[in-house]
Parts: sequence; C-alpha cells; structure tokens
Amino acid sequence: MDYNQVKLLQEIMEVGFALIETNLYLDTHPTDERALMLHNTHSRKYNDLYNRYSSKYGPLTYTGMSRCPWEYIQGPWPWEIEYEKCHWD
Amino acid sequence: MWIYEKKLEYPVRVDSCNPTLASLIIEQFGGADGELSAGIRYLTQRWTMPTNEAKGILTDIGTEELAHWEMIGTLVYKLTKNAPVDKIKDTPFAASYANHGKSPFPHNAAGVPWTATFINSKDDPVADIHEDMAAEQKARATYEHLINLSDDPGVNDTLRFLREREVVHYQRFGETLRIVEEYKDSKKYY
Repeated sequence: MDYNQVKLLQEIMEVGFALIETNLYLDTHPTDERALMLHNTHSRKYNDLYNRYSSKYGPLTYTGMSRCPWEYIQGPWPWEIEYEKCHWD
Repeated sequence: MWIYEKKLEYPVRVDSCNPTLASLIIEQFGGADGELSAGIRYLTQRWTMPTNEAKGILTDIGTEELAHWEMIGTLVYKLTKNAPVDKIKDTPFAASYANHGKSPFPHNAAGVPWTATFINSKDDPVADIHEDMAAEQKARATYEHLINLSDDPGVNDTLRFLREREVVHYQRFGETLRIVEEYKDSKKYY
C-alpha cells in the first residue's frame, strides 16, 4: 500500500473515530445540539473522504462500486497494513 | 445486520517480534474480560432493554468491541508473523502454536478456550448494565496489567488506546443505567 493510500485511509480512520465518539455520546444525550452539530460536521467530512478513497482505491465495504476485477478483495487487508516495519533482533 | 468496513478502528503498530507478549495479549482476544466477551455480551443483552438509549448504546458499544477484537487479533498476528519456529519453541506461545500455528485463537493467556459462561444476559436491565460496567472496569485493569508486561512502544500505544475506550464505555454505561432507572421509576413496572 503506497504512502498516499495509507495517509488517506488513516484520515478516514481519524474522522471515523470521531464519529464513534459522537455516536456513543449521542446515544445517551440525544438532545445535545452542540454534539449533534459536531457529529454532522464529521459525518460530512467522513463521506467526502470515503468517496475520495473509494473512487481511487476501491470500496471499503461491499455496498460500494468497483472497477473490474472486484477491488474490495485487494490487499493489504486492515491487519496486514504496515504502519511500521516489524523487526526481529 | 452488520456491515464490514475494511479498516481498523485505530492503526495497530507493532515494533518487535515477540511471541511471548502475543501469548499474554491473547487474554483480551478470548479471555473472560476480553473483547469477544464484551461484544457478545452487549449484543446479546439488547433484546430486553427497555429504552431506545439503552438499545442504542448496547448496539454501538457491542459493535465497537468487535472492532477491538480485530485490533487484538492484529496485535497477536503482527507480534508472531515474522518469528521463526526456533524463536517460538521456548516461549509460552508454543502451547498455542502446537494447535493453532500462528492463527490467533479465542482462548485466554492460560489456554482456556472462550465460552459463553463468561457472559450473562438476565432480562433485567439494571442487572445487565451493572454487569457491563463491571466488565469495562475489569477490562481496564487487564489492559493496565498488559501495559506493565509490555516493553514494545507500538503495542503499548494500541493498549493505551484500548484502555481509554474502556473508561469511555464505563461512562456511557453509567449514563445508561441512570436513564434506565429513571424509566423504571416512571413506570413502576416490576
């Protein structure tokens, strides 16, 4: 996975994490308008990044569109991505 | 239903090959207070929850726990994938390797396989959410033990992230308990 792809994926992961947090908070504070604004801002950003990534590198979920061959199964899979090399001393 | 997103919740970095550490971290993959227990416990308890807040929080925290289970499996996999067999032989990981090779398997650090007896669901929201709050604290304690045992900076970064998630979940469950108790008081249904 090249540098630009990992970088974009990590951006999606960052904004995605913000959404996990606003989601859990809103589950127990459903009328907090400030939190809803924060959630909606991140939601828009997430969708933009997600679409940008998918159109370049293929879908992250099976519901997305793909060129041929089916890009969804292209590696590396999430547990294979090297954020830093594994050294054996 | 569920949908898989082809990404981790947090970038799992591992700076060493360390089968021994992998054999300890497996506690959170298949142990009583591990991520699999947490996920299955919360998702199972959803059906009998009385309020939308409680149904939502159990759905969403339960789902996040499965993402944490994936991160723990990734830690175990990355800690062992480059280890030659002679570097596994004399470590505690050898016992797991004998059966499962390098595949992470849901058993605890002592080799006891995951079982549904690790969890419960009581059709009693107050009892269930108390169990869930206790589970978050026990998982936090386990992560602190693992951080004490690990000297891999990448692994510790991930373990610290997961420890903090336990604290946040405990907070959300506490709020859910209050919501459920207020609902109960308003209904006097038992």
